[in-house]
Amino acid sequence: MLFFSYFKDLVGREVTVELKNDLAIRGTLHSVDQYLNIKLENTRVVDQDKFPHMLSVRNCFIRGSVVRYVQLPPDGVDIELLHDATRREARGG
Amino acid sequence: MLGGPGLESVVDQFISVITNDGRNIVGVLKGFDQATNIILDESHERVYSTKEGVQQLVLGLYIIRGDNIGVIGELDEELDASLNLSELRAHPLKPVIH
Repeated sequence: MLFFSYFKDLVGREVTVELKNDLAIRGTLHSVDQYLNIKLENTRVVDQDKFPHMLSVRNCFIRGSVVRYVQLPPDGVDIELLHDATRREARGG
Repeated sequence: MLGGPGLESVVDQFISVITNDGRNIVGVLKGFDQATNIILDESHERVYSTKEGVQQLVLGLYIIRGDNIGVIGELDEELDASLNLSELRAHPLKPVIH
């Protein structure tokens, strides 16, 4: 639940999602769900020459199970808040 | 809290699916469920190669199981029409490794 809430707070920010097949997609976080499936808007593939497979796609749904990394803007990360939330989850949540 | 994928907005539109085995399948989304299983009509597979242009294999009406789906992209039909697929050279997508 922690990361679901965390991503909900990041809606509207630019993120880059790196998938388990090495594809990386940059876009605006539109929404996230309980499975951490991600919907991105205004998408651009990071290495368009190597991956022209999504040239005509501007909005996409990414299944949570294929995400390797979600790269966030540095000012989108409140480390202290995350630390506290993680400690709380570990304790009781 | 919505249980399944929010794909209602793309029903009856052309979508591009990237599957876990690295295939790219394009078709009209007809339905989906909580597990992201999808029904794709008028579907064709786009096969990318470094030696020749994109090959399009007609598949017809397909059900793709959710476990095998990586990405569902909303195809911008104008952008897609402007693509010169016969000139496009690329390595096929890699399969997903968990």
